[in-house]
Amino acid sequence: MTDLAFRDEELLASVVADLIGDVRHVAVGNASPIPATASLLARARGNGRPYVSLLGSQRHTFWTDGGRELFDCAGQGRVDVFFLSGGEIDGEGNINLVRIGDAEKPVARFPGSFGSSYLYFVVPKVILFRTEHSKRTLVPKVSYISAPGGSDDNVHRTGGPIALITNRCLFSFDRERRRFCLQSVHPGHSLAEVIVNTGFEFDRPPDVPTTPAPSAETLRLMRQVVAPELAEVYPQFAAKVFGIKAG
Amino acid sequence: MPVLARSLDDALESIEDGCVLAVPRESAGAPMAATRALIRRGIKRLHLIALPTSTLQADLLIGAGCIETLETSAVSLGEFGPAPRFVAAIRAGSIRMRDATCPALHAAFQASEKGVPFMPLRGLLGTDVLKNRPDWRVVDNPFAADPQEASDPIVLLPAIKPDVALFHAPMADRDGNVWIGRQRELATMAHASQRTIVTVEKFHDGNLLADKTLAAGTLPGFYVESIAVAERGCWPLPLPEHYGWDAEHLQEYVTLAATEEGFAKYLDKYVYGQTTASSRSVQ
Repeated sequence: MTDLAFRDEELLASVVADLIGDVRHVAVGNASPIPATASLLARARGNGRPYVSLLGSQRHTFWTDGGRELFDCAGQGRVDVFFLSGGEIDGEGNINLVRIGDAEKPVARFPGSFGSSYLYFVVPKVILFRTEHSKRTLVPKVSYISAPGGSDDNVHRTGGPIALITNRCLFSFDRERRRFCLQSVHPGHSLAEVIVNTGFEFDRPPDVPTTPAPSAETLRLMRQVVAPELAEVYPQFAAKVFGIKAG
Repeated sequence: MPVLARSLDDALESIEDGCVLAVPRESAGAPMAATRALIRRGIKRLHLIALPTSTLQADLLIGAGCIETLETSAVSLGEFGPAPRFVAAIRAGSIRMRDATCPALHAAFQASEKGVPFMPLRGLLGTDVLKNRPDWRVVDNPFAADPQEASDPIVLLPAIKPDVALFHAPMADRDGNVWIGRQRELATMAHASQRTIVTVEKFHDGNLLADKTLAAGTLPGFYVESIAVAERGCWPLPLPEHYGWDAEHLQEYVTLAATEEGFAKYLDKYVYGQTTASSRSVQ
C-alpha cells in the first residue's frame, strides 16, 4: 500500500484532527466513530494532550461522577471541542436529531437530541460531521431544531459550530453571519458536485482548494496507535475500517 | 433492610402497571434480564425514563406493548443502527414521546435527589425540544448582573421523581449494599426514586462498606428495596469491565425486529422461550 492509499474515513479523521487544534480537552459523544478516531489521533500526535473523553468508554475517560460529568465539565467551560451530527443540518447551522414532519405523525424519526440542545451552547468549538452529503441531509431549513446554530444576544452562549465536514468537503462556519463557507473539496470530488448536492446556500472563495490527504505519519498513527484504542467503543467500525478484530 | 429476593420475579414484584420507571443507559448497566421478566409478566402502561438514553431495552418494551410514555434523549441501537420498534411506534403515534436532552434529565434527577422542586439548565433556548415541553419553564436569571439592562433567560426543569429505579450492577453484599463503581448516575437514580430494585451478577462475601477501596463506589443498602442475582443480567447489552455487546445477537434482533411478525418471533425465542441470559449462563 502506498502512502496515497487511504480510506474516506481516514481522510475525514485527519481533517477533523487538524480542526481540533491545540486544546486541553476534547469530548466525543455517542455514535461518533470518525470524531473518536480524530480525537485519539490528536492525542497521539500531542503525546497525551489533549485529554480525550469518549462517551461509553471505560478506558478513555477520566470521569468518575457518572454521565452528568461531561455536561458539568462543559458548563464550566472545561470541554473545548465536541462533535455533533444531524439527520438534517441547515445553512444557519441548526441541527435536527429528532424528526421530519409533525409531532403526531412524523415521516421520519431519528434517535433523539442526545446532549446537543445544551452542548451546542457551551462548547467553544463544535465540529459538525455528516458523512452523507446530500440535499436530504443538508437542507435549507431543518424541520425540527434540536440545537440552533446561533442565538439572540441576550442568550448565554459560549459555544457553537465552527465547521461542518462531510464525505465531499469541509465548510467553516461564520457565527456572526450564521452562514457556511466552503473551505476545501476532498480528493476525488468536485465543486460542481458539492453545489448540486447541498440544499443550502454557502459562501466560497474564487478558487476552492483540495482537502490535503493524510500524511504517511498520520496514517501510521491512526492504524497502529488509534485503531486498537478505538475498538473498545466502536468494535464494528474498527473492524470495518482498520481490520481490528473485536475482542 | 433490602430484601435479597429468592427469584428475579420476586424482586420485581413491586413494579406495577402504570408506574414511573427509571433505567440507566447501557454503559451503566441496563437491566435486561429484569426487562425480559417484566415483559413475560405482561407489564403495561409504563412511563419509562431512560437516564439519559436507551437502546435495546426501550425498543423491546415498546415492541412488547409495555410503554405508554417514554421520556429520554435518544433511542437507537448504537452501532447496530436505528431502534426499529421505537421508530415504528413513533411513526404510528402509539406511544407518547417526551423528548429531552441528556443534561436536562441528569439535572432533573439531581433536583429530586436534593429535594428541591426544579433545577436550572443552560442551553435549550430556541430549540424545538423546549417548545415541545410545556412542563419546562423559562425565567430571567434573578442573579443577573443588571437584569434591567439585559435579561438572562434560563430554563427551569421540574424534579423527576420516579416510582422505581431499576438497574443491573456487578455485585452486592448480603446487607444489600450495591457496588456501582464509577457509574455514579445509578446513585443519583436511587436517591431520586421512591424505591430501587437492583439485579447483580453475584453476591460479594463480606460488607462492601467495610472495605475502604470498595466503599466509595458503593450505593448503601439504605436506598435499596430488593436485590436479585441475574448472571449476565445485561445480556445482550454490555456490563462495563465484565462483558461487551453480543454483536451476533444484536444483528439477529435488527433483522427480526424490522417487522412486527419478526419481532413476535424474537419475543417467542428469547423472552417467552427458554433461551434467556440466565439459562445461557448456567452452561
